[in-house]
Amino acid sequence: MTDIADIAPLAPATPARGGRRLRLTRAGWVGVAIIAFWTSMALLAPVLPLPAPNASDLAALANPLPSAAHWLGVDLSGRDILSRIIWGSRTVLTVAPIAVAGATVMGALLGLLAGYYRGAFDSVLSRISDVILSFPVIILYMIILTRFGASALNIVLVITVTKAPIIYRLVRAMTLELAGREYVAAAQMRGEGAAYIMLVEILPNARGPILVDVCLRLGYTTIAIGVLGFLGIGLPPPTPDWGGMVRETYGMISLYPHMAIIPCVAISTLVIGFNLLAVGLRRRTRRG
Amino acid sequence: MAEPLLRCEGLTVDYGAGEGLQRAVEDLSFHIDRGEAFGLVGESGCGKSTVALAIMRYLGSGGSVSAGMIRFQGTDLASLTPSQLRRLRGAEIAMVYQDPLSSLNPVMTVGRQLMEVPLLHRTRDRRQARELALGALAEVELADPESMLGRYPHQLSGGQQQRVVIAMALIAEPSLLIMDEPTTGLDVTVEAAVLALVDRLRRRHGTAVLFISHNLGAVGRLCDRVGVLYAGRLVEEGPLRQVFDNPRHPYTRGLLACLPSVDRDRRSRRLVPIGGALSEASRLAVGCAFADRCRHAVDGLCTGQPILLEPVTDESGHSVRCVLSDRLPDFRWPAEDASPLTEGIAAEPVLTAIGLGKRYDLPRPAGGRSSITALQGVDLQLERGRTLAIVGESGSGKSTFARIVLGLTVATEGEVDFHGANIARLSIGRRSRDLRQRLQMIFQNPDSTLNPSHSVGYALERAVSRLHGVRRSGRRAAVARLLQLVQLPAALAERMPDELSGGQRQRVAIARALAAAPEIVVADEPVSALDVSVQAAVVNLLQDLQAEQALSLIFISHDIALVRYMADQVALFYRGHVVEAGPADAVFAPPYHPYTRMLLASVPDPFARSTAAGPREAGTVSSQEGGRGCPFAARCAWRVDGLCSEVDPPTLEPSDGHRIACHLGLQELPRDIAST
Amino acid sequence: MLRYAVRQLGYMALTLLGVSFAVFVLNEFAPGDVARKLLGAYATPEQVEHLTRELGLDRPVMVRYLDYLGHLLTGDLGQSLTFKVPVADILWDRLSNTFLLAGVAFAVIVPVAIVFGVAAGIREGSLRDHAITIGANFISSLPEFATGVFLASIFAVWLGWLPGTSPLSRGGNWSIAAQLVMPVLVIALYDVGYLIAMIRVSMIAVMRQPFIRTAVLKGARRRDVILKHALRNALITPFTAILLQVNYLVAGVVVVETVFAYPGFGRLMLQAAMSKDIALVEAGTLVAVLIAMTTQLVGDLAYMVLDPRIRVQA
Repeated sequence: MTDIADIAPLAPATPARGGRRLRLTRAGWVGVAIIAFWTSMALLAPVLPLPAPNASDLAALANPLPSAAHWLGVDLSGRDILSRIIWGSRTVLTVAPIAVAGATVMGALLGLLAGYYRGAFDSVLSRISDVILSFPVIILYMIILTRFGASALNIVLVITVTKAPIIYRLVRAMTLELAGREYVAAAQMRGEGAAYIMLVEILPNARGPILVDVCLRLGYTTIAIGVLGFLGIGLPPPTPDWGGMVRETYGMISLYPHMAIIPCVAISTLVIGFNLLAVGLRRRTRRG
Repeated sequence: MAEPLLRCEGLTVDYGAGEGLQRAVEDLSFHIDRGEAFGLVGESGCGKSTVALAIMRYLGSGGSVSAGMIRFQGTDLASLTPSQLRRLRGAEIAMVYQDPLSSLNPVMTVGRQLMEVPLLHRTRDRRQARELALGALAEVELADPESMLGRYPHQLSGGQQQRVVIAMALIAEPSLLIMDEPTTGLDVTVEAAVLALVDRLRRRHGTAVLFISHNLGAVGRLCDRVGVLYAGRLVEEGPLRQVFDNPRHPYTRGLLACLPSVDRDRRSRRLVPIGGALSEASRLAVGCAFADRCRHAVDGLCTGQPILLEPVTDESGHSVRCVLSDRLPDFRWPAEDASPLTEGIAAEPVLTAIGLGKRYDLPRPAGGRSSITALQGVDLQLERGRTLAIVGESGSGKSTFARIVLGLTVATEGEVDFHGANIARLSIGRRSRDLRQRLQMIFQNPDSTLNPSHSVGYALERAVSRLHGVRRSGRRAAVARLLQLVQLPAALAERMPDELSGGQRQRVAIARALAAAPEIVVADEPVSALDVSVQAAVVNLLQDLQAEQALSLIFISHDIALVRYMADQVALFYRGHVVEAGPADAVFAPPYHPYTRMLLASVPDPFARSTAAGPREAGTVSSQEGGRGCPFAARCAWRVDGLCSEVDPPTLEPSDGHRIACHLGLQELPRDIAST
Repeated sequence: MLRYAVRQLGYMALTLLGVSFAVFVLNEFAPGDVARKLLGAYATPEQVEHLTRELGLDRPVMVRYLDYLGHLLTGDLGQSLTFKVPVADILWDRLSNTFLLAGVAFAVIVPVAIVFGVAAGIREGSLRDHAITIGANFISSLPEFATGVFLASIFAVWLGWLPGTSPLSRGGNWSIAAQLVMPVLVIALYDVGYLIAMIRVSMIAVMRQPFIRTAVLKGARRRDVILKHALRNALITPFTAILLQVNYLVAGVVVVETVFAYPGFGRLMLQAAMSKDIALVEAGTLVAVLIAMTTQLVGDLAYMVLDPRIRVQA
């Protein structure tokens, strides 16, 4: 009675499907290279043969320009710039990822909840998120950090709270769209719990845009950390901080521009790296 | 002989190049004479839309004409300069598209978009353009053209939008109108009205039409000649009646054999699907592209050498691309009693809906609330081992009914009795596992029915473990068994959904629903998104499974012919009310409820001898969300003013188990579909 | 729509109230701080306590807050500790300077972003598109202080074409306009990258829509298709983003103001925060939040006006 119907010869299985390997454009790989460079610098800092970042070489102040003893020269206090740059990368690459991770987890969880349950929960959260997003962030930084002091923890907290709404909005929008899909209804009919549906059915399908956004956030957070340091409300000296380095030396650009330019270049390249990675990912994870 | 209006000679269109080359159309030749309607039919992937775009020279980046030429009024379209082409578009050749809402600019008024056409091609005077626009709107039979000019596309219904697009296409009086799936996605009654309109207009203006569709019925309604496309090649061509009544190509025969018809139920014939699937390799095959799926194919004769389009003996104008066509037997419906074995099972009710109702209270964006009644006073019964079909157009409430039964939403009034318990207000979260296991669903859209991030095996395993509690060790075997049940190879468990075809995904969805060995399966438009040849296969599978597992099936569809084929019991929904219900034989025979009659008259049947007159529709009056009176009163041609829109209609019983809700007496009910 | 606007204004008032309370509490919770600051670091505890009582700072928080609100509503913003003048004077002065800077920057950013965003979006994947995207990406990766340092090094130190600082002084060597060039350039370079990306994405999405195909196949000229059909649709979403830039330009330019010593609002706030000039901080925060909420409200209303799908009910 049954027909032999619709049994198409299976197309050969596309390789490596299981793991969904990361595919990037060339620009994306350049970004990865830059990030890898700075990460290795940060990791290797303690073992590299560098002068201590806070040690003043007063003798070198006579000629602070790059020389054989100090490859990138010294700053106004005689500290070796190369060493401070490399140690400074540790600061940035610790604070930024932690802050972004916190923001992502917080934003994603709240976004899932708001998009799935909707109702009052959603309205309240969205309103709070709108307020935070429309708030002039710099002022928030200024007030919080001057009131409570600028420690690494405070900076991480402040950045987490100000960046979380962006991810919240993104995940919420995607959840709203995906929650109406038929496979979600099918899961509900299996009696799957809300947590399972949100984390196993919905979240994996939002992976792409979230990943892209994380890279962008890393870039913006790096800039934010630099700005905080530049304004003097970042990590207190003598911690080597790229933004702080610019702050101390930009007044001297008419005499010794290298002191300010070098940390500017450092921070710019790292941000470019993150942005290139984001662009590279976006072109590859765009699903129709 | 006069030069045809459009002549396509040996057209070959490719996308991409080198390794990624995809041949969309191969060696296509046809012509359209002045004032003639030519239909191009085929399933998805056959290249018919590409033909339309190639004529308009709008293939986009990546698409190119590799060979052949298209002549319009004798001129080679490829030789035109961009400004000549611009003058041609909209004025000489115009196009109507599939999805009218997204084909119209959402931030421009209808009037402005309409007026743009004459302003580009005919005149510089805005007043004159406005007059022309008003005239065009009146010609497509839209009410109140003056106010329509100032409206925005999203304020119009689907049918109205498509009429606007047609008006926009015809306003400059083109000689050729290309229509690319213009009625797909529209309700059946709206589709019938639009097709009738196009027919009237083209005869009045002498416009030639190129009608592209996968819907053979719609093509049959409108066209004089037809061409059948498969894998980018024209396999058969000729006058419509000849091709449909005496098809000479195995593919055409296959297509016609798998179409359900309103006149025939499953007792008289069985739908025969076309086996296999279209593969990329067959597109580029030197011989017949259909050879790998054709039951008559002869190796060596059908493969390996190019096959040309040859005239059919004794039939002028009819050509076919098949070397065996002369040897094929006469075309006959495969007469096979396809009624399922469940006829032996005693009919007892398993699910009963009594007075079921659902009302939504929605907050309006500007404040205040509006109330929408999705269902009202629904009484239905599903019998064991039988199929209850629910027919309705968009907004009829059929999906709401399904969701209530399954617990995805709850009713606001009435009850649903299942094994003695009322489940109408039991949401899915509050149902016991046992209950969930007994009621399962198959969804409409094969693209979103499976989670794209989960493999087929995972999805099925999850269903098996959650609903059946099968232990880890037994799950693999259970999954393999399920796949076998739906005739899919066991190796499919490793694959991800985007590696499967639409038909295969839908089969997996069926397997998932069956994982728990349910009692009742609700199928909401399970085959609407599939190609016709695949639909037949899935429908047959459902029926076989129903027989094997003694399933009770609620089959929701807007496709009346399919319902006729499948159903034991039918219920017709209109705007949340059941207007007619009963055994399929009784419902599809006179007397009819006016809405049933309208639906049946709207269905374009490729096998109909006479052109159906189309539904008789009274001028649509906007109906309020009143809740009183007959819901169909606003559109009913038999409406009794003062009565039908004020008082709820009584229930008539023309025969045992057959109910019609109408104010007309039994003798006054319409009994005839064909006459006006 | 009117009802919506009124409701939003209500929310705004509520938010402002909440923010003002939060800032007040944050700064003035410990009463001793204020007095100590006034007296300096060497004050004895008795002196501090005495002044505290004299200034009425030992009253409960809520009382002090309501007192403060009362002052606000009469227009008295308090006295600035650092500048020794009424807050109102210094606030409006600096704010107007920032508006000047922001205004000029805005006038540069918006047209440039639209032109480049549209140019990239109408030919997706072309060389032009890639060049613009990479360029936009690059410049939005540079923090403002970095751009400031680079530009200053080139144009002020090396070439000497522009002044190194912009204190907005008249009668000096440099005209006001010359003093504005580099700050505006730095702001523009940073901001325009983001807007170009946004507009480009929106344009690409619109160009893919079927109604563009309809317009082309009607016989419309390419120029008309872009300007009349596509643009209006493409600018709806970025419009809100553009308005939000105003929001950013008010306080976010503190970096630029610091680099070029520009007497603006951002720098004022920074100084106030660092020196715990409470009255100034509170007043400044309220002004900034007010501006932010207003631009958001204007953005929402404009969005309703621009998109008929929202403005007109189906």
